[in-house]
Amino acid sequence: MTTARTKSLPSADAGPLAQRTPVLNALRSRKLWLAVLGWSIAGVIFFPIFWMVLTGFKTEAAAIAEPSLIFSPTLDSYAAVQGRADYFKFAMNSVVVAFGSTLAALLIAIPSAYSMAFLPTKRTKGTLLWMLSTKMLPPVGVLVPIYLLFRDVGLLDTRTGLTIVYTLMNLPIVVWMLYTFFKDLPKDILEAGRMDGASTFQEVLFLLLPLTLPGIASTGLLSVILSWNEAFWSLNLTSSQAAPLTAYIASFSSPEGLFWAKLSAASTMAIAPILVFGWLTQKQMVRGLTFGAVK
Amino acid sequence: MIKTRSSGRTVGGLRTLSLQAPAVSLLFLWMIVPLAMTVWFSLQRYNLLMPGMTGFAGLENYEYLFTDPALWSAMGTTLLLVGWVLVITVVGGTLLAVLFQQEFLGRGIARVLAISPFFVMPTVSALVWKNMMMHPANGVLSWLAESLGLPAVDWFSSLPLTSIIIIVAWQWLPFALLILLTAMQSLDDDQVEAARMDGAGPVAIFFFITLPHLKRAISVVIMIEMIFLLTIFAEIFVTTSGGPGLATTNLAYLIYIRALLDFDVGMASAGGVIAIVLANIVAIFLVRMVAKNLEN
Repeated sequence: MTTARTKSLPSADAGPLAQRTPVLNALRSRKLWLAVLGWSIAGVIFFPIFWMVLTGFKTEAAAIAEPSLIFSPTLDSYAAVQGRADYFKFAMNSVVVAFGSTLAALLIAIPSAYSMAFLPTKRTKGTLLWMLSTKMLPPVGVLVPIYLLFRDVGLLDTRTGLTIVYTLMNLPIVVWMLYTFFKDLPKDILEAGRMDGASTFQEVLFLLLPLTLPGIASTGLLSVILSWNEAFWSLNLTSSQAAPLTAYIASFSSPEGLFWAKLSAASTMAIAPILVFGWLTQKQMVRGLTFGAVK
Repeated sequence: MIKTRSSGRTVGGLRTLSLQAPAVSLLFLWMIVPLAMTVWFSLQRYNLLMPGMTGFAGLENYEYLFTDPALWSAMGTTLLLVGWVLVITVVGGTLLAVLFQQEFLGRGIARVLAISPFFVMPTVSALVWKNMMMHPANGVLSWLAESLGLPAVDWFSSLPLTSIIIIVAWQWLPFALLILLTAMQSLDDDQVEAARMDGAGPVAIFFFITLPHLKRAISVVIMIEMIFLLTIFAEIFVTTSGGPGLATTNLAYLIYIRALLDFDVGMASAGGVIAIVLANIVAIFLVRMVAKNLEN
């Protein structure tokens, strides 16, 4: 679109804008309509999260009373929740495991996706589909063997053990996503690098990675989120030492199920780090794809 | 010319092998060891509650499962769940991606809000929906229905599977939106502009330019979602525990019931093998279809 940026408009919300503009040109009314629609849909989608955060600041009595936006906020629930289990220990485990497994998965997947995208053989497609099929194993079907193996090698309830599981769990998806992003890159660019005498390693490091950085970032983001939110393996393979935030929230869900304010406070703390991280990175991601420049 | 091409191929083959080796061998181990053990257990009489009764069972576990009506019901539930959520998220995600691609006031913030549910843990979102949204007495939805003069719905007892579908779709719609919005960035503005000059309306532009452009991204969304939806567990575990009856028991949950509630490792492993076979049948049809789009 070639129209001027709407950001410089003085009015902040849609209502007064309509009244204040006497010249109701078609473009502006269309934009207004879009803004109303976009904001309503976004509001409806976000509402449950908003409501959960709000409930965390209510008293238990107010939490189950008739839904209301007006109440006197209190931090009691947060204090009670922190008094029962140390949030920071769980959060640290989540951070280490989610980022560690993502880094490991990216390191293993980049060479693989590179060769699939740029040096395809007859078996490439089959390998890709086979990788995906490993993801279709329902975790519960293989829990017993994995549990027994982990017990025997001493990986139960360790960050290392959980990191290994998450790395392998996300590897097929990471390979797939990187493959599709790499395939979008025109081959000529790498060809040109090769002509200039770049080795495979240099080609990947100096050409491929910088050019596909937004794609790699979105893949990494996805992997971090999936690891952060994974509940099945973390509940079954950890108990106290390496338990991440999913275990933390599970410890509140059953006994505190009827205490909505405390449950909301614990939930808010469990999702806050990843939510903020997601907000920050998605902006880069959605804004940043620069393939247009090389096409 | 021919010389370089042929030599390039052998070098390429070697390089391919060394580059793919770590990912392929790790995944192979990750798959084959538990799979072999699962297949082995599935042929055993192995119930943790009956330590005396062990031994080779042959196909007994499978025979029992296949004559169990719960298996067929669970398969149906699995397919319904996957199908509906895919339809809702892909259609909704595409429309929302088009909407959030338009410029409007505060678009960035609206985008962030709409994408947020994907960052929420499945356990948390299930708990929030169950307690604060869909609760028959104190939930927001029943309050909303009452203020509009409608009867309140007891979501999890009268519409159990629909409730689960709503919760899961709420989680995955933002994922589809995020991926499709990212893919939209590489849409050629000049092409859209040229089409508009030629008199194409917004609907025509959507069907003939936007949608074909998004084809590959949509394929990726379908594939990734399908993998996760086939093994949905936490949402069911937290909200309905598979009930009422078997109404919301999918295959993953049925295996869980057998393995961890009935302590029947043999039966659960047989269920696992069936789930793997089913997943691969679905995969052959769907993934193959979708993979075609990736070639272009």
